[in-house]
Amino acid sequence: MEQWARFLEINAPRILELTLDHALLVSLAIVVALLIGVPLGIYLTTNEYLAGTVLQVASVTLTIPSLALFGIMIPIFSLINKGIGFLPAFVALVLYSQLPIIRNTYTAIKNVNPEMRDAAIGMGMKTHQRLLRVEIPNAMPVIMAGIRTAVVLNIGIAVIAAYIGAGGLGVLITQGISRGDNYLIISGSLAVALLAIIADGLLLLIQKRFTTKAVVE
Amino acid sequence: MITFNQVTKKYSSEKTAVKDVDFTVDEGKIVVLLGPSGCGKTTLLRMVNRLESITEGSIVIDNENSMDLDAIELRRKIGYVIQSNGLFPNMTIEENVMIVTDLLGWNKKKKKERFNYLMKLIGLDPKIYGKRYPHELSGGQQQRIGVVRALAADPPVMLMDEPFGALDPIIREKIQDEFLQIQREVKKTILFVSHDIDEAIKMADKIMLLRDGEIMQYDTPSKMLSHPENEFVNQFFGKDRAIKSLSLHTVRNLQEVIGLAEMDESIYDTKTINVNQDLRNTLSMLLNQEADQVIVTNDQDEKIGSITIDLVQKYLHYEIKGKMSVSQEG
Repeated sequence: MEQWARFLEINAPRILELTLDHALLVSLAIVVALLIGVPLGIYLTTNEYLAGTVLQVASVTLTIPSLALFGIMIPIFSLINKGIGFLPAFVALVLYSQLPIIRNTYTAIKNVNPEMRDAAIGMGMKTHQRLLRVEIPNAMPVIMAGIRTAVVLNIGIAVIAAYIGAGGLGVLITQGISRGDNYLIISGSLAVALLAIIADGLLLLIQKRFTTKAVVE
Repeated sequence: MITFNQVTKKYSSEKTAVKDVDFTVDEGKIVVLLGPSGCGKTTLLRMVNRLESITEGSIVIDNENSMDLDAIELRRKIGYVIQSNGLFPNMTIEENVMIVTDLLGWNKKKKKERFNYLMKLIGLDPKIYGKRYPHELSGGQQQRIGVVRALAADPPVMLMDEPFGALDPIIREKIQDEFLQIQREVKKTILFVSHDIDEAIKMADKIMLLRDGEIMQYDTPSKMLSHPENEFVNQFFGKDRAIKSLSLHTVRNLQEVIGLAEMDESIYDTKTINVNQDLRNTLSMLLNQEADQVIVTNDQDEKIGSITIDLVQKYLHYEIKGKMSVSQEG
C-alpha cells in the first residue's frame, strides 16, 4: 500500500495527463465518426441498394485486428510525413466507430413501427419531416446504444495506438510490459477501465435526458 | 364526394388486387368496404390517398382527379385513421392531434382553438390530456385521439382502415356510437374498411361488399340484408341476416308501422326498454325471458306500451316481404 502511495505521488500528474490525451483522442474520433456515421445511416434508410454495400464495408473494417489496422495506417500516412502519431490513430478510430454507429442508426430507423411510418406518410409528411419528427426521435435509444458501443470500443482500441506513438494510457501499459513494472500496467489498465465506465455512464445520462419517457419504454 | 372510375390495381400481370371498380361515395356519407381478408378493400382505400398506385382508371375527389394533385398536398386534405391508431409516442396528445395543421402552417391561436374543439367532441379535457403522452392513455382513448387527429385540419374526406378493429367489443361499440354522433355534426365523406359485418351494418350508409377485388354488391345495409344480389352476398351475411337486419330498426320504427301491444297491469315481473332501442337487442331481451312483460318507455320515461316476440316477427315479415313485393312491382 505504501509503495502504491509513493508510486501515485510521483506518477499521478503523468497518469492524469495521459488520461486526458486518451480522452481527447477518443472524443475527437467519435465526434467525427458521428458526423459521418449518423447522416450516412439515415441516408441509407432511403437507399436500399447502397445500404447493403456500405454496411458490408463497415463490417469488414471492424474485423481487421486493431494492431493490423494501425499498421496499415503507417505507410499510408507516411506519404504525407505523418506515418506515426496522432493522425493515423485518429483515422483508424474513426473507421472502427463507423460500423456500430451506421448499423445502429440504420436498423433503428428501419425498425420504427411500420404503422407509425404509414400514418406519417398518410398524413402528408415529406421524407425529411417524417425522419425528423417521427423516425429519428423514436429511433433515438438504439442510435445512442450504437454510439455508446463505439465509445467503449474506441477507448479500448486507443490503448493500442500507443504502439504508433499516439500517446494515451496505452503508453503506461506498454512501458509497464517492457520494463516488467506492475504498477504501471495496473494503473494504466484501471485508468482505461474507469474512463470507459464513466464515458458510458455519461452517455446513458444524456440519452435519458433527451428522449421522452414514452420512447424509452 | 369520391368517385371511382373503372379503378384497377395490378401488382403484376397475373396478380390483380382490384378490378374495374366503379362507384361513388356521396358527400357526407359513410361507405363501408366489406369483405373477406385479401378481397382488396384496404388496397382500394389506400389508392385514394395514393399510398398505393392506380394501375388503370381514376379516382376523383370533389371534382379533382387525385393524380393531378401533388401526393403530399392530397394526403393533407384527407383524414387518415388506421387500426392501431398510429399515434407517435414521442409527441404529446396535443402535438399528435395537431400534426397536419402544423404541416399546413396554421398559427398557434387557431391550432389551440381547434384542439379544444376536437377534444370536446370526444369528451376529453384538453387541459388534462393535451400534455400527456399516448402511452398514458387507454386503448379506447388512444383510438379516439386517432380519430380526431384525422379531423384536425377539417378535411372533407376521411379514410378509416379498420379504425376500431383492435378494441374490445364493449369499448368498440361505445366508440362506434360516439363516432356516429360526431359524424352527425361534422358530416364528412367517409370510406371505411371493415371485416366485421355488424360494424358495417351499424356504421354504413352504404356497404360495398368485395370479393377478389370485384364488387359483389353496393347497397344500403337493409337492402343488402333483405335482397342479396347473389349467392356470395347471401352467404357472407349468413343465415342470420334477418336477425342482423333488426339492428337497423328501432322499437319506434315498429311502433310507427304496426303499433305496440297493450300493457297488462296485472303482470308484476316486468322490464322496461327505451323506444330508441334497436330491435336486435330487444329481441335478445325477449328471447332471454328476462321478464314476463317488456314495457316500452318514451324519451320522457313514460310507459307507452309493451312489446312481444310476435310483434317483432310481424314487423320483420312486413319489412322483408313488404319491400320485396314493392320492388317486384317496380
